[in-house]
Amino acid sequence: MKIYNGSLEVEAIFNQWYNEEKESNYGANVSFVGVVRAEDEIEALSFDIYEPILFEWFNQWQEKAKQLGAKIKMAHSLGDVKVHTSSFMCAIFSPKRRVALELIDVFVEDFKANAPIWKYDIIGGKRVYAQERSTPMSGAGILKGLL
Amino acid sequence: MIKVEFLGPIGKDPIYVEASTLREIASKLNDDESIAQWLSSSAVAVNDRLVKDLDIVLNDGDRVSILPPVCGG
Repeated sequence: MKIYNGSLEVEAIFNQWYNEEKESNYGANVSFVGVVRAEDEIEALSFDIYEPILFEWFNQWQEKAKQLGAKIKMAHSLGDVKVHTSSFMCAIFSPKRRVALELIDVFVEDFKANAPIWKYDIIGGKRVYAQERSTPMSGAGILKGLL
Repeated sequence: MIKVEFLGPIGKDPIYVEASTLREIASKLNDDESIAQWLSSSAVAVNDRLVKDLDIVLNDGDRVSILPPVCGG
């Protein structure tokens, strides 16, 4: 996994991943690319990341993938990402297609729910936390006695 | 002392408190309304490990992180 400042260079990253694994005898690779859409008055999105827990989260997923004979690659942006550019890419490489197709679904959903990344809309040059689109992480509420 | 840090949009500087369990940290944080409003939706990590037990014992120098709702991608 790698964190990049600003928008992801999708073609370069995907080519790098492909070239790294093309001789690894994986029969399938499935990739996901998240692109910032033009919506409302949004000029860009912006991201904060807490890297220690993000890497721990990713390593746990890599271990799960390994048990299935698969490998996960991921890239994410830090800071501002303009509309129509990418902030998130991931790919699953696996011996057979079924594992790759199923794993990318559960991996991306858990990423949205539990990766410690915070999203802001850039509107009129201001950074506004995307609170309504955000999800409490697993274990949220413990300090309020909600668990 | 225990360092308590507030990640992402909470936007507060870290604080240092005397506490021997996470339950004591919870009590102190709930006294500050500007922090308390985030707690029902925030997860907690001790030394970068997510935790789900208020009775975890804390030691001098431990670091507690408050993680508000996330939205990567």
